[in-house]
Amino acid sequence: MTESPVIIRRSSAPQAQAPKEFNFKPDIIEDGSFYQMYRKQAWEYYQALKFPTVKDDAWRWTDISKLPVESFKLESDNHVVRIPDELMEPVADATHGGEILLDGEHRQVNLNPELESAGVVFTDLKDGLARYPQIAEKILGKVIDPKEEKFGALAAAMASSGVMLYVPKGVNVSTPLHSLLWMSGPYEASFSHLLVYLDEGSSATYVHESSSPVEDATPGFHSGIMEIFVGAGAHLRFVELQSFGENVWNFMHERVKVDNGGEVEWIFGALGSHLTKNFSELDLIGKGSTGKMSGFYFSQHKQHLDYDTQQNHLAPNTTSDLLFKGALLDESRSVWQGMIYVARNATKSDGYQANRNLVLSEGARADSIPGLEILTDDVRCTHGATVGKVDPEELFYLESRGLGSKDAERMIVEGFFEPIMQRIPFEGVRKRFQQAIEQKMNEVVNS
Amino acid sequence: MAELQIKDLCVSIEGKQILNGVNLTVPQGEVHAIMGPNGTGKSTLAYTLMGHPAYTVTGGEARYKGKNLFDLNPAERSHLGIFLAFQYPVAIPGVTVANFLRTAVNAHRKAANPEDKGIPIPEFRKILKEKMEMLKMDQNFAGRYLNDGFSGGEKKRTEVLQMAMLKPEIAILDETDSGLDIDALKVVSEGVNMLRGSDLGVIVITHYQRLLNYIKPDVVHIMMDGKIVESGGPDLALHLEEHGYEWVREKYENGVSSL
Ligand SMILES: Nc1ncnc2c1ncn2[C@@H]1O[C@H](COP(=O)(O)OP(=O)(O)OP(=O)(O)O)[C@@H](O)[C@H]1O
Ligand SMILES: [Mg+2]
Repeated sequence: MTESPVIIRRSSAPQAQAPKEFNFKPDIIEDGSFYQMYRKQAWEYYQALKFPTVKDDAWRWTDISKLPVESFKLESDNHVVRIPDELMEPVADATHGGEILLDGEHRQVNLNPELESAGVVFTDLKDGLARYPQIAEKILGKVIDPKEEKFGALAAAMASSGVMLYVPKGVNVSTPLHSLLWMSGPYEASFSHLLVYLDEGSSATYVHESSSPVEDATPGFHSGIMEIFVGAGAHLRFVELQSFGENVWNFMHERVKVDNGGEVEWIFGALGSHLTKNFSELDLIGKGSTGKMSGFYFSQHKQHLDYDTQQNHLAPNTTSDLLFKGALLDESRSVWQGMIYVARNATKSDGYQANRNLVLSEGARADSIPGLEILTDDVRCTHGATVGKVDPEELFYLESRGLGSKDAERMIVEGFFEPIMQRIPFEGVRKRFQQAIEQKMNEVVNS
Repeated sequence: MAELQIKDLCVSIEGKQILNGVNLTVPQGEVHAIMGPNGTGKSTLAYTLMGHPAYTVTGGEARYKGKNLFDLNPAERSHLGIFLAFQYPVAIPGVTVANFLRTAVNAHRKAANPEDKGIPIPEFRKILKEKMEMLKMDQNFAGRYLNDGFSGGEKKRTEVLQMAMLKPEIAILDETDSGLDIDALKVVSEGVNMLRGSDLGVIVITHYQRLLNYIKPDVVHIMMDGKIVESGGPDLALHLEEHGYEWVREKYENGVSSL
């Protein structure tokens, strides 16, 4: 692959226009409960915050002025399209330890009885809040403050679906947990809140997917918030897959806090949505904690994917390692803005970030903006960002061995993604990504 | 037996004429060596025969089995039996040698028979292992990314491995000997010799007579200024080794000016 230095092009300043207003409100119940107070507060923050525009730094590359806010309705029961079977298949192992379906008003929860008797909680948000308020209080609003950002505040106030996962001290959940959020109504607005708490020395593998029908023509809206805490010595493997239809505007605010010696392996797969703005933050708050973030994205048509990642080293001897790789077709766009922050006390820390993009069509564009902010000596931080094209010499080499030009290009793309595949310990997830590559490359008519 | 017939081939790159009427016929079963000073167009000939898009054919043709190669894309030429061992093989990061070779073998099978379901994996593994042993390659190369971080000699060996797997009818070896140590040269030449037979025609491009001690040519050609200017038996290479190109240049230039 030919790699060229990242050139940041600024087009003429777009209009800093903000969308209008949604025509719904949260139905907050004044029961004085912890959760309702949290929602009320979040709603106040939401109202106080302005919609971001391209004048805001974090939104410089992502223009939401055309978000048709007035047309969205709250998700209803009229979910018309059934969940495709393949989305229900285990991707992290042969079987599930637990499974949650969030399909509008319809929720379905399964948890292996052995895990349940070990004290593991894996249930939908409403049920979790009702039955385990003490767990909710440990984490709700503790990882992400709803006032940080407008869409996060909205999700916090509105969320009617979501997941609560709690793993008690020392418990190892060896079979993966799987949850699926499915949107399928026309003009649906959906809000989700994920709460994950791994207590000291525990471990779990958890796969969460957000999806909707591919062929939906009317716009959809999703805003989500994910609060994840990995306790001392705990180990979380978390896979988040996003396969919304290309009609969905998707806004995510997610953060993982890792305590002393804890470890998170965080895998992102983005295949869908019309537009995604994703804030993903890793807070290494405990000594010796580590986090590995691996991102796969492949955009096409007019998709726009914007990933904003933060690796915050807030304690000594912490390690972070981020690799995001993306390919772009047609007139799609991707943005990656990454930041490694090393606090004054985070000595002997090691931070790495790299973003690599393969632009496959003339009309596609990738922007890649790495960043470092280091307040102490005695650390090691490396970063790299590249935007490249398929090297014609590589294509010719493969073609000269009998591969058709499409197959040759696909092989180069597969090779490009291989370093990400290597970081994904789940055959099923890798397969999903490989299928996505194949399907998207097959769609290419020109080149 | 089919033969590759190159007639009056003229080729330019970026508007610059490089080949000025190359004539060459290589039948299956024969080995032809092409020697010549740097920059005379040997690689240009090789790339053009394989269909590199940077080279423009401005005249002449190259026929094999009733087809003009220049009507075919590189993959189709490969299916027809043409193979080029690159002077500078390209790295394909993230694609293993084994995965690549299996895809290439299957592309050939599919071209021969559209119904083909692909080579069974155990059979493929067995053949690959055999060929790697023949070329004294460590088996772990199968799992390495194609040419990625390979040493010069390892790349050349991998080119011959590809040739062994794809079983071409006309193979062009462009300086496959350069970058090889003496032992490797022997191994690689032996590999080529094992592939030699009545159905393999070879064009060996080299600067060194030494290779031709191992891969004995039937005909030796000298290329100069984009033309084949002299052809002869194996002793022509020995003569070059001893006397260099000066005499050829003199003879050729005089020949030209006398026209
Ligand atoms: N991409 C290119 N752009 C411009 N000129 C080129 C290009 N490729 C080859 N040439 C020129 O064409 C001429 C012939 O090159 P070619 O590689 O065919 O020579 P060669 O006989 O193989 O030389 P060597 O023995 O050094 O390998 C040289 O003058 C070279 O500079
Ligand atoms: Mg050459």
